[in-house]
Amino acid sequence: MNLQQLQQLQPYLWSLPRLPGQKRAEVLLYGSAPLLVSMDDKVLEQIADVASLPGLVGAAMTMPDAHWGYGFPIGGVAAFDAERGGVISAGGVGFDISCGIRCLRSNLDINNAAPEFARLADALFHAIPAGVGEEGEIKLTPAQLDEVMQDGAQWAVKHGYGDAADLEYIEERGRVIGAVTDHVSELAKKRQRGEMGTLGSGNHYLEVQVVEHVYDAAAAQAFGLSEGQIIISIHCGSRGLGHQIGTDYMVLLAKAANRFGIHLPNRELACAPIKSPEGQQYIGAMNAAINCALANRQILTHLARSTFMQVYPHAELETLFDVSHNTCKVETHDIDGELRSLHVHRKGATRAFGPGHEMLPERYRAVGQPVVIGGSMGTGSYILAGASGNPAFASSSHGAGRAMSRHQALARWKGRALIDELARQGILIRTRSMRGVAEEAPGAYKDVDLVAEATEQAGLARRVAFLRPKVCVKG
Amino acid sequence: MGVRMNPPVSHVERVGLGQTRGYFDHDADIGIIGGGTSVEQAFEAAAEAVFGIVTNLDSVEASSVVMIEFEEPDPEFALVTWLNLLLGKARELGMVFCRFRVQHQGNHWHTEASGEKWHPGLERGVEVKGATLTMLAVKKAGATWEARCVVDV
Repeated sequence: MNLQQLQQLQPYLWSLPRLPGQKRAEVLLYGSAPLLVSMDDKVLEQIADVASLPGLVGAAMTMPDAHWGYGFPIGGVAAFDAERGGVISAGGVGFDISCGIRCLRSNLDINNAAPEFARLADALFHAIPAGVGEEGEIKLTPAQLDEVMQDGAQWAVKHGYGDAADLEYIEERGRVIGAVTDHVSELAKKRQRGEMGTLGSGNHYLEVQVVEHVYDAAAAQAFGLSEGQIIISIHCGSRGLGHQIGTDYMVLLAKAANRFGIHLPNRELACAPIKSPEGQQYIGAMNAAINCALANRQILTHLARSTFMQVYPHAELETLFDVSHNTCKVETHDIDGELRSLHVHRKGATRAFGPGHEMLPERYRAVGQPVVIGGSMGTGSYILAGASGNPAFASSSHGAGRAMSRHQALARWKGRALIDELARQGILIRTRSMRGVAEEAPGAYKDVDLVAEATEQAGLARRVAFLRPKVCVKG
Repeated sequence: MGVRMNPPVSHVERVGLGQTRGYFDHDADIGIIGGGTSVEQAFEAAAEAVFGIVTNLDSVEASSVVMIEFEEPDPEFALVTWLNLLLGKARELGMVFCRFRVQHQGNHWHTEASGEKWHPGLERGVEVKGATLTMLAVKKAGATWEARCVVDV
């Protein structure tokens, strides 16, 4: 991205000036100059397109890890007001609806856990269905799937997958309201039949990590983190159900936009007025997929716990937090002194409520919401805390962001060689897909340290701890 | 921002008489292209490109056939709709597809996909979540039809 086309407003905040006659809202980009330089120009095109959608409140924004997506850029944030013609966009949520990260803290430390890492890696690989073509052991009846879509992680806990205490630390206590299962296609429901409790593929993973460095002692204490502690991160989403809802509604909303006279600079922005029948149908289906994702991560949490108990009989794994980064959620935000209910789209962006927010669990309320920036399997991840006065509708980065395409990565790295190299570095990879490992090579991602630093400097969230990967089950 | 241009094609291979399948770069996902002497052939090659991400198609036996029919007047929406129906059907049935046949008359599309159930002998590639409207195009250039879009992985 050429920075000359941008105006720098603050050290970590940039805007894209409007061209004469251009009718769109403001575009703001959070990040450092090096991060923005490394972004594809398509990020600018896409976020400028978002800024032209009706009913947008404030600016269309990108996070420091933004990269070229479909519809919205990944790392895109935009809020719409239903009362002022605002839209809901399937392209602003993505196909993997409610993809997110469940973070578990353990009572293990690196010294007592490390000798068993190889056994743990094999056991997790055996217990966690991962990769293309893999199915889980749970086969839901249509009625049970309806319950999952309505009750989310609460369904999973009710049926023995995990503890009620987990729910306290999941967004919306593990269940969003407003799911309408009638708006979910039969094909979507059939796709999910064998996929509950599966990790998926691509950039999804279950990672065992060690807290290598604590930046913010007070927040770390509130989060129950200390250096040397073993953490587990589970990155996955709503599986086949969400994918099919995304595909079903992408075309439907693209056609609806045309009927409602909404000019789409790109059809991939597929949207409809929030209050329209099509908009309401999508929202009902999307909420069903969010609940499915929350249930899926809850089941995977249970599988991870059971596996840890086999390897470390005294292991205790508590949910630190579960946060989604592909969603649209109804939230109340202060807009120029007026509290307004907004539909906040976060496509590859994490909600990051600051200290004192009423939706945070009591334990975290003083320090802010836990936020995870998931890095590559060879570098590491960050846990951050939502910052006071976050200027981006309480949003933050969600990952390192890709630095090159999957095809470029495939041409440069071989899966087997990467696994061997990472093993030499003390990181054990278990996967069924050598192609997947090559595409997800650590070198294909941006520097996660730069993303986390920029996220903090931009006032989006502040760093609490850095996690180094030790075992990674790749999808 | 300059003129919007398609990214360069990074890889193309011949898959049948007059048919090609290929890929183009996209930051997070993968662009697929099918080429042929008719729109139907281009669709078939595009589907091969999609399932070529999922596994090595040379190893898949075309032992079962699944029929998919749908109505769609717009050829570009038809491409995305079809690819997504294929992906959905493959996941529903636990199958991977390797060969495709497409016929269409007016708005009606009649298609067949052949393949087999997943088994340990098949190479695991990367799951394709869905075909998107990004870089979506179905067009004729000279004597060749081309069908392309970005798929989410």
